[in-house]
Amino acid sequence: MTTAAREFLRSATRETANLPARRAIRHAVDQYDAALERGRTQFLDWEAARQKCYEIKWEALNHLDRYLLEFEERVKARGGQVFWAETAEEARGYVAEVASRCGVRTVVKSKSMVTEEIHLTPALEKLGIRVFETDLGEFIMQLRNEPPFHIVTPAMHLTRSDIAKLFHEKLADAMTSGAAGDDPPELVAAARRALRQAFFSAEMGITGANFLVADAGMIAITTNEGNDRLGTALPRIHVAIAGIEKVIPRMGDLATLWPVLATAGTGQTITCYNTLIGGPRAPGEIDGPEEFHVVLLDNGRTDLLADAEQREVLHCVRCGSCLNACPVFRTVGGHAYHTTYSGPIGSVLTPHLRGLNEFQHLSYASSLCGACSSVCPVKIDLHHHLLHNRRNAVHEGDRPWQERIGFRMWRWAMSGSRRFAVMGWLGRSASRILQWLKLGGTRLDPLRPWTKYRAAPVIPRKSFRAMWRESGER
Amino acid sequence: MRKVSLFIPCFVDQLTPEVGLDTARVLRRIGCEIDFPEAQTCCGQPAFNTGYWDDARPIAARFLRVFHAADAIVCPSGSCTTMARNFYPELLAGTALAEEARSVGQRVFEFSEFMVKIAGVSDVGAQFPHRVAFHDACHSLRELHLKNEPRELLRKVAGLELVEMPRSEECCGFGGTFSTKFGTISAAMGETKAGNAEISGAEYLVSTDPSCLLHIDGVLRRRNSRVRTIHLAGILARTPAGAESPRTFSQARSAK
Repeated sequence: MTTAAREFLRSATRETANLPARRAIRHAVDQYDAALERGRTQFLDWEAARQKCYEIKWEALNHLDRYLLEFEERVKARGGQVFWAETAEEARGYVAEVASRCGVRTVVKSKSMVTEEIHLTPALEKLGIRVFETDLGEFIMQLRNEPPFHIVTPAMHLTRSDIAKLFHEKLADAMTSGAAGDDPPELVAAARRALRQAFFSAEMGITGANFLVADAGMIAITTNEGNDRLGTALPRIHVAIAGIEKVIPRMGDLATLWPVLATAGTGQTITCYNTLIGGPRAPGEIDGPEEFHVVLLDNGRTDLLADAEQREVLHCVRCGSCLNACPVFRTVGGHAYHTTYSGPIGSVLTPHLRGLNEFQHLSYASSLCGACSSVCPVKIDLHHHLLHNRRNAVHEGDRPWQERIGFRMWRWAMSGSRRFAVMGWLGRSASRILQWLKLGGTRLDPLRPWTKYRAAPVIPRKSFRAMWRESGER
Repeated sequence: MRKVSLFIPCFVDQLTPEVGLDTARVLRRIGCEIDFPEAQTCCGQPAFNTGYWDDARPIAARFLRVFHAADAIVCPSGSCTTMARNFYPELLAGTALAEEARSVGQRVFEFSEFMVKIAGVSDVGAQFPHRVAFHDACHSLRELHLKNEPRELLRKVAGLELVEMPRSEECCGFGGTFSTKFGTISAAMGETKAGNAEISGAEYLVSTDPSCLLHIDGVLRRRNSRVRTIHLAGILARTPAGAESPRTFSQARSAK
């Protein structure tokens, strides 16, 4: 078992027993489900909207070369700069270089999973730069010194009182009520007061991009708090970082993608802020940054693009709906995965970005229930790709030798009906004897991986085929 | 009289034979002539789902040989039906059996699907004076798209009160080898399902997949729940005459 697999198992076991956290997740998901139901009513045909999004992303990915170059050309024409980063290291290096050149001491960030993927914040902090997360959820997680728990709702596992306690501890100056108040407006106001100073002193604003619009040469950012607008308008420099798969062909595509993303992500008809940015402040404009940089990140994505079977995984718009739908995610939570992207999309994507062998366990940590695929707004066949990853793991990875031999034996036993009947009889007889000796469920019981968590099944004396034969039916 | 070949999954054959018998009883009652090809073993899903496609292929090929000439193949498990109908074409793509996989796959039906869609029967004259909740098994629901068929059959059962449990579509946590590889997660998911079954007020939790039921039954009994599990065929097999008593997973066998 790999280190990552051991870590996952340990954390998953711990989190499974963490009932308050599971209740908090369940509560959040229940609210999400209700909102999603409402959000979908704005579409005459939700399935058609999903299909449309699938087609937009399919077209973009199958002509990635053309659309990325078109995007780059238009951004440059407006005075922006585009940097192609093949690896996380190159992307970090570029941002650090811009920051150093401009003497940046403070950075305000809006929510971005790709910056989590490349571990940008620690790299900047190493240079002595103060980095502020300005999305409320991310801000809370930064105060807790933890990575986001969920790709859309980073603090979904926390209750209001958890957050109040954290703020009283870490933001004492910004909290006005001395007592242990946990009034949401007061908590939000405290975060706003704490962040306002950062917004005004920051020399650089860093954002992700939900979409890179090729024909407009603009990035599209979706938020609910407007922090991205402040963070891109006030500082002198704006750096946007996005995976290359974020490109879409046309501005008009947003007419479908924006409402679908909002509905799938939070159940909203449309998110509160949708911002399009196409370059630095132009002569005569009154606001906007002096410099505008877009970092286009590969970091393993072209390898996935080359995989015809799983290419569509790059359709992902990071809405988080597969996490909400996933019963495993709801049981173990986002941190148990120890990956940037958790839940079904993380389990499918991570082996591609960080190595199949090290992260193959995530493909197995699923009951393959298919809830993820049924909700994905861009129709990624997530649970079938988990199956594909399992097949690839058997072909290329280190599966346990016991499992390999086990399936060899299984194949032998299933290759003849007599063998099957005899092996079945042996297995049932052994289990019945163990149960008769009251050894069922003990360490001697070969069914222990099952009976450790469940009452032992009542083993029938006769198989179906034996009963069928006796009844003289054949 | 319609000819039907029974496809009894390996674990049903070995662990829940009453589900197979009940399936046969109900099919016979609606006038089917039943055949059980004894050469059948397993559909190959355990190996396929664990990634051992090379080991699954010869077993799938065996299945195709056994059921090659069957008119209609009826299976009391949505999951095994899915394997044969939906996954064989992918597993056997590019082999000489690809076409055969499609052809046989189209003749494999999940039990409730066969009853309602193929045989066109929803009232089988069953009686079951209990309150039951239906658990949507994942493969039946999301791979075969069978949401209404089992409910339609249940609604026609005399005396039966069908209640909807909260989150009936949420996975119970069985998931094949997942149930033992990640036992803690699987059991926790089972606990969630068990809790929702209890909230529904049902006496019986019924489903179309014996594998889900084996798991949920173990979880329910571990927590000394009053809710019992039963396969859809077990309910439909019970007639007013009372000649055929209900076969729940634990009770029927321990009573024998």
